[in-house]
Amino acid sequence: MQDLTEPILELIRLAATDLPPDVEAALRRSLEQEEPGSAARGAMETILKNVKLSRANSTPICQDTGTPIFYVRYPEGWSTRKLRLQIEAAVVEATQKSYLRPNSVDSLSGKNSGNNLGGDYFPSVHFEEVEGDALTVDVMLKGGGCENVGAQYSLPYGRVGDSPLQAGRDLAGVRKVVLDAVHKAQGQGCAPGILGVAIGGDRGSSYLASKEVLFRPLEDTNPNPELAALEERLTGEANQLGIGPMGFGGATTVVGTKITSLNRLPASFFVSVSYMCWAYRRRRMTWADGAASYQ
Amino acid sequence: MRAVNIPISDDVIRSLTVGEPVALSGVMVTGRDTAHKWMVETFIKNTRQPQGDDLEVYQALKPLLAGGVIYHCGPVVAGLETQEYRFVAAGPTTSSREEPYQGDVMRHFNVKGVIGKGGMGKKTLAACQEAPGVYLHAIGGAASLIAQTVKRVLCVYKLDFGVPEAMWVIEVEDFPVVVTMDAHGSSQHAAIEEQSRAVLDELLAKA
Repeated sequence: MQDLTEPILELIRLAATDLPPDVEAALRRSLEQEEPGSAARGAMETILKNVKLSRANSTPICQDTGTPIFYVRYPEGWSTRKLRLQIEAAVVEATQKSYLRPNSVDSLSGKNSGNNLGGDYFPSVHFEEVEGDALTVDVMLKGGGCENVGAQYSLPYGRVGDSPLQAGRDLAGVRKVVLDAVHKAQGQGCAPGILGVAIGGDRGSSYLASKEVLFRPLEDTNPNPELAALEERLTGEANQLGIGPMGFGGATTVVGTKITSLNRLPASFFVSVSYMCWAYRRRRMTWADGAASYQ
Repeated sequence: MRAVNIPISDDVIRSLTVGEPVALSGVMVTGRDTAHKWMVETFIKNTRQPQGDDLEVYQALKPLLAGGVIYHCGPVVAGLETQEYRFVAAGPTTSSREEPYQGDVMRHFNVKGVIGKGGMGKKTLAACQEAPGVYLHAIGGAASLIAQTVKRVLCVYKLDFGVPEAMWVIEVEDFPVVVTMDAHGSSQHAAIEEQSRAVLDELLAKA
């Protein structure tokens, strides 16, 4: 079996230091919507300067390089045990090279492992066998600030008293709780953000799907017309909230919304919201014919 | 952008108001979750006995924090093996997690400025009025850019907390921030929270 440690190290470097073009383009549009001279515009200018600088110097866009999350799709014949070891080796080396911050902390002792390894869940690696000859590795780096403002609602959901937040088990209810999550997040998830929303599933699968949907390109359209309409509406309404970049107030709070749905139990109706910060770090490596290419 | 040097006098602090961009220069100390819990438990509430080098570090921190600035930041640091430390990426972390501790830390150490992102709550705003002090908002995620304003790492305390949680003493030049909570009781975060809640309630009332 081929050793993919070096190509995966390059994938991590790219993810941590080089913001994908679709995200950068969205941030540029966001800058243009903010008033000249406003704190929001200043924040967007700083953000875009930082994106450029990080790319030029190969330094992390954000110091919080998150939990490295990998999705490996492999053709028949690869060993997932060996691939996991190679991913771990690449993560350790990426930490030594300062592409990643040592982020893996023992929850009981508080001790940082120093190399971004720790237990079966750090880094987070998912495997799936696929048809064909090409192997792909997707990586996402999602920092703690935006992870902390993620939310899960069990519908029906209502705030007490005469609050207008009364969400039933339908898309209208989904819309309400997602707006509530964006309001609660304020600027703390590093707005302007991207919303990953999963409807249904169990608590675990729902949260997972709300992150997986964030691998979609920012500019695509949901194949389900109802969800496509809701995505567009939620992005527009989130921006009406006026929270703005960094919570400074402004026109752009969210630059995109991605929604997916999962089958659920008759008794459960979960809506999970993963808030992705503007530093939306995700990259793909494709390994075919013994060579790596990157997207 | 107004230039402000650390340590910061009370007069300068009182002259800063919400919305003003500031370029900070001087020496500041990073401190986040573990550091704040440690400071409060060991030296302020005294619910934990000092251990190891705690008292030594406390004595070293006091003059640095008096009139000084705490930065909520867990940096990426190069040179860990040679101890020739260099900040590679050093944006702010979310400050609200320090809300239970920050006011007490400001009063105890006479801290004048707190840098972070996302803003803080009522307890910290009250401490800003008393101290007087200010909350300074750095741009979240602008880590490479901010690291360039860190000219030198002078030393590090509590490295056993881990690289992100350690207390790094750094010298900065023209570190860019915006005042979002001032010594006069004004908070940009409270204002935006309230305005956006009114819009939210309108949106929720629609089908």
